[in-house]
Amino acid sequence: MAVELKMPALSPTMEEGKLARWLVKEGDEVKSGDILAEIETDKATMEFEAVDEGRIGAILVPEGTEGVKVGTVIATIGEGIVVPAKAGTGGNPEPTPPAVPDQVRDDAVAVAPVLSNTQTITVREALRDAMAEEMRRDDRVFVMGEEVAQYQGAYKVTQGLLEEFGPKRVIDTPITEYGFAGIGAGAAMGGLRPIVEFMTFNFAMQAIDHVLNSAAKTNYMSGGQMRCPIVFRGPNGAASRVGAQHSQNYAPWYAAVPGLIVIAPYDAADAKGLLKAAIRSEDPVVFLENELIYGRSFELAEDEDHVVPIGKARVMREGKDVTIVSYSIGVGLALEAAETLAGEGIDAEVLDLRTLRPLDKNAVLKSLAKTNRLVVAEEGWPACGIASEIISICMEEGFDHLDAPVLRVCNEDVPLPYAANLEKLAIIDAPRIVSAVKKVCYKG
Amino acid sequence: MAKAAAKSAPAVASDGEGQALRALQDKHAADKRHQASEAELLEFYEKMLLIRRFEERAGQLYGLGLIGGFCHLYIGQEAVAVGMLSALDGSRDSVITGYRDHGHMLAYGIDPNLIMAELTGRAAGISRGKGGSMHMFSVDHRFYGGHGIVGAQVPLGAGLAFASQYRGDGGVCLAYFGDGAANQGQVYESFNMAALWKLPVIFVVENNGYAMGTAVQRGSAETHFYRRGTGFRIPGMDVNGMDVLEVRRATDIALEYVRAGNGPVLMELHTYRYRGHSMSDPAKYRSREEVQDMREKHDPIEAAKAELIARGVAEERLKEIDKAIRARVSEAADFAENSPEPAPAELYTDVLVERY
Repeated sequence: MAVELKMPALSPTMEEGKLARWLVKEGDEVKSGDILAEIETDKATMEFEAVDEGRIGAILVPEGTEGVKVGTVIATIGEGIVVPAKAGTGGNPEPTPPAVPDQVRDDAVAVAPVLSNTQTITVREALRDAMAEEMRRDDRVFVMGEEVAQYQGAYKVTQGLLEEFGPKRVIDTPITEYGFAGIGAGAAMGGLRPIVEFMTFNFAMQAIDHVLNSAAKTNYMSGGQMRCPIVFRGPNGAASRVGAQHSQNYAPWYAAVPGLIVIAPYDAADAKGLLKAAIRSEDPVVFLENELIYGRSFELAEDEDHVVPIGKARVMREGKDVTIVSYSIGVGLALEAAETLAGEGIDAEVLDLRTLRPLDKNAVLKSLAKTNRLVVAEEGWPACGIASEIISICMEEGFDHLDAPVLRVCNEDVPLPYAANLEKLAIIDAPRIVSAVKKVCYKG
Repeated sequence: MAKAAAKSAPAVASDGEGQALRALQDKHAADKRHQASEAELLEFYEKMLLIRRFEERAGQLYGLGLIGGFCHLYIGQEAVAVGMLSALDGSRDSVITGYRDHGHMLAYGIDPNLIMAELTGRAAGISRGKGGSMHMFSVDHRFYGGHGIVGAQVPLGAGLAFASQYRGDGGVCLAYFGDGAANQGQVYESFNMAALWKLPVIFVVENNGYAMGTAVQRGSAETHFYRRGTGFRIPGMDVNGMDVLEVRRATDIALEYVRAGNGPVLMELHTYRYRGHSMSDPAKYRSREEVQDMREKHDPIEAAKAELIARGVAEERLKEIDKAIRARVSEAADFAENSPEPAPAELYTDVLVERY
């Protein structure tokens, strides 16, 4: 009986990869543990081992194929298989065509500027480019964190930096968040411009004392004498199937603290432009990325000095019936919802907050004054969140403009479960945003 | 047996390492005290006395309700700040400490008016009245505070040292912390990275015997704090913190080692605070006799005074110094009491540096 070999997922968030190389050919005998192929993702190259023994039947996806979806049958293994002359024949399914990069629907974004010289770039590359450009521009900028140098970043965000800038400026730390967050803050007080990477913001809880008590409060406590220009950055929010301790959005925690700047970009242009602004800022910045959008590609202008101002929200899509406010990964969901709503005759405006502290209150109120209805979409818990804050602002300063109560669409109020079905139930999605929008439009 | 033979080799190596970790201590034991000129010793005496009188006055102002919140006095520990600071190169070395920071500020020669005005929460205070007793800084002097979270100044200090190493300015950071802070995990995280990266930092444990109300032996499994760097290959030094000249000599030895690029040193300075942990501490965890004994037999200021007199300095001169210091402290107290409070608009300044 033939066994199907499927494209493996090499990380919790991998959706597709490149079949870089076959190390076996059709007809080869393999045993368990033999390396069959090399699979490449934007994060890593991994070897794919045989679990079963037998003869390689058909190789269905030739080497060099990009964008092979996880789960695609790439070969068969087993006895009594007639080796077909060509891959992709013999009644097996056709190889999956290379997937189109996960492109944002930029053509739907009315306000997005029309770019002349653009490149397609992932959020991961945009972040790396931002750091590299700022490191070239300013000697005082350095990066430290776990696996940022030799390993090229746990999520490959710092890829190539060690090679260009050397170990003095790209520094691997031991696993010691409290300690290196403190060393980073001290170095900033001493006149440097540290970028401290947390492998994820879940681990930053060990270090939150330095983020708040050392970085955020010092300028005030010293009467403006002692600054702490530091960037704490890393992935934040739910990833995929990593369980409760590795899946949390800390944006509301940091956004509650005066003395901090808190940024949570959505697309590549903002990831780059806002990270550059963060590195240049004289204030301490918490820069919240999202693992699930690291690999997404976006159009970005080819501009060495693409710096996006901190504290300014952006209208991602203009609309007149209702406003959907969001940030980070939620923006993509909001755009998706807006698309669906457009098909149902509801014209939704999507506002990306981008910076959570200081919050661009005026942009929220301006959009509310235009649409008179508002929904906040937040990939995070509902209690005491950014959504709660937006609703407060609408109540306090936008009440006269409201034609319906503001609704929030958030994750369920539970620690994030592991089981695939439960996780899906716990996290916000576009359909939930659609139904909330219909409610505030009294069309649900 | 092969096993026994294999065992003996590392034993020799570890003994060699043990010697390396003790080398600075041995050097200090062989050469205990700084050879101070009369002028130098007079200067140390004056500085210690200024701290003593200033802190006594701060205690009074606290009693009068002019100083609020937490106020941790440095009385008894003066030789540590004065002795160590005297060894530093002010143009490149940096200092960071916890919340018991007035003494360190005064040791720098920072205007007592600004310090006292900070204690009373006035606009003229060194932190414009927004920091208080625990949060004073003087970036001009490379004094980086003034930190209220026990132990947090240790990685911050390692970070200041990192900045010096990064710039290559040859500076060393003194990171002070207490015997209580010495049990915080981040202290050891800092030891590890400082040793790993050979950061130019001297970790200074001011062991005054009590972590707030908990005597050292009740809170620490290893009460010899200078040995606590051993697991990170950081040499330790066990220093009498009640003799300003011993403190100075030990600091010179440590500085020479660190400045040569050898990485961090851990110094334990045995000292004593005569007052409570903070002003609200009744100090019932120790006997009156214990405090009295320290005051009478080990007081750093009295010892310096006796030494000056033995060297032939006229008592009259010392009295004049004391008088001048009392006058200076009174002036600071008057200034602090009569300066205006910060303007209400100051509430909103300095939250962020830039405008967004």
